[in-house]
Amino acid sequence: MSKVYIALQDNDESRYIVEAIEEVNEDCTIIHMPAMVRIERENKLVIAREVVEEKMGRDWDIQELHLNLITIGGNVDEDDDLFILEWKV
Amino acid sequence: MAAKKLNIKDKYRLLTRDLDWDFSYEDRKKAFPYEEFEGIKITDWDKWEDPFRLTMDSYWKYQAEKEKKLYAIFDAFSQNDGHLNVSDPRYVNALKLFLTGVSPLEYQAYQGFAQVGRQFSGVGARVACQMQSLDELRHVQTQVHAMSHYNKFFDGLQEFSHQHDRVWYLSVPRSFFTDARSAGPFEFMVAIGFSFEYVLTNLLFVPFMSGAAHNGDMATVTFGFSAQSDEARHMTLGLEVIKFMLEQHEDNLPIVQKWIDKWFWRGTRLLTIVSMMMDYMLPNKVMSWKEAWEVYFEEAGGALFKDLARYGITMPKYSEVIEKEKEHISHQAWWTFYTHGHATGFHTWIPSDEELDWLSEKYPDTFDKYYRPLWELAKEKEAKGERFYTTGLPQLCQTCQIPMLFTEMDNPNQNSMRDTLYKGERYHFCSDGCCDIFEEEPEKYVQAWLPVHQIFQGNCGGPDMGDILSEFYKINVGADNMDMKGSPDEERWNKWKGKA
Repeated sequence: MSKVYIALQDNDESRYIVEAIEEVNEDCTIIHMPAMVRIERENKLVIAREVVEEKMGRDWDIQELHLNLITIGGNVDEDDDLFILEWKV
Repeated sequence: MAAKKLNIKDKYRLLTRDLDWDFSYEDRKKAFPYEEFEGIKITDWDKWEDPFRLTMDSYWKYQAEKEKKLYAIFDAFSQNDGHLNVSDPRYVNALKLFLTGVSPLEYQAYQGFAQVGRQFSGVGARVACQMQSLDELRHVQTQVHAMSHYNKFFDGLQEFSHQHDRVWYLSVPRSFFTDARSAGPFEFMVAIGFSFEYVLTNLLFVPFMSGAAHNGDMATVTFGFSAQSDEARHMTLGLEVIKFMLEQHEDNLPIVQKWIDKWFWRGTRLLTIVSMMMDYMLPNKVMSWKEAWEVYFEEAGGALFKDLARYGITMPKYSEVIEKEKEHISHQAWWTFYTHGHATGFHTWIPSDEELDWLSEKYPDTFDKYYRPLWELAKEKEAKGERFYTTGLPQLCQTCQIPMLFTEMDNPNQNSMRDTLYKGERYHFCSDGCCDIFEEEPEKYVQAWLPVHQIFQGNCGGPDMGDILSEFYKINVGADNMDMKGSPDEERWNKWKGKA
């Protein structure tokens, strides 16, 4: 097992995205560093559009993620509803 | 009935499949002449998938939004004299190194991706490379804009482009990219798209930029993270291209592995400069180089290579040496710059007592034993008014072009040197890794433009060192360089802050 990770700029939009990640991904680790938030999880991490929209209270396009993204680790799979990071081992 | 809105997958398919054309009367091989000579076999470009599936309309939309946010912050930064909020004027020297050493690489990446974006016959890869090319151009422009504010108040930022092509330590990053750009398109992708973007830029743009925030530099952290927001897409392109080559044909495996071995070694050498920026040039510390290395190289890179093992890829050659180097290289590099501080384009200094203690704590196995005594000696000499500058010119490694500053990792008191004979000439290297790379492609590396050799050959003006520095390098000697103590930068800072 390896860890996948995503880092986001620490701002108001990311706050909701992080909340949505926490809700969907059991046992993920959230690390705050100056100006950024890093979220790690064993093997797989999912961002669900619907959950982010619920937190934000507005429509959210999954590609808006690019605006606040800093870095990722893992294979990416993205469609209109889900953004998935995964190691395939 | 209203037209149904296309989903991401359909939009991407339309962009990367239906817009491409076949060659009916021209020879496809002549249209893409560089695609085969490296030996990489591609049987079906249609198997190419970009997981981000970004189409041009979305690309422009999101990039425009990023730019608007970024420039609003630049305006606020300069209108509010943001340079006065940095933790310590020494910090700005990290920016000087960034602007002269890193920003021009963004420009080289822009050129490189434009070139490979033209040379791949698969349209998915071509689109991704074109987007990356545009991103890289954006990065160099935003970095120059951000730094232009500092240039009004600090020395050493005025000739970054001129210096990048000439100055001895800047030939290290410069030659790294020219090496990649003069390779074929697939090697370029492994070099820059995969090795550099996937693993190594994280070490620069994540912990270092977080460090910029921690040192009160709003402009740099903002351009850093704005650039890095493109980087996730670049990392994914790098990983996809590796997987694509390995899935296309089994004969590609040994070629790809050899490139990974070469470019991870070249990359770790290049990052030496970042290691000292993190450990010595950030007055407020976020994490040590060693800690950053463990998170982003060992942990993240380790996970990556475990994932690639299913294709038969193994950890890069000399990984075991690389693992030991994290304890040493930042200290060896800063000592070298400190002792050559009259020939740099930025200021150097002895770490404060507090910083020395921090280094002792972060490097319990090496700092007190090997490196702290050097700084204690430098402190003694400085107290006696004998700040030390070395007078000789360093020998450079033929491959990475770094001065021979590294030691054997198992014996840090012994300098690491290798050499090999080629056509009756002897060439010198800092390591087995660099020597191997030369021996693989000697005709390429015998042409290296080594700054010290060029000085001795009389190609850089002179012969007086002062003339070379001021006329050939355009370093404003005595203002841009030498010790931070007593510098015009320090004097101005104290005046702004109302100190004596």
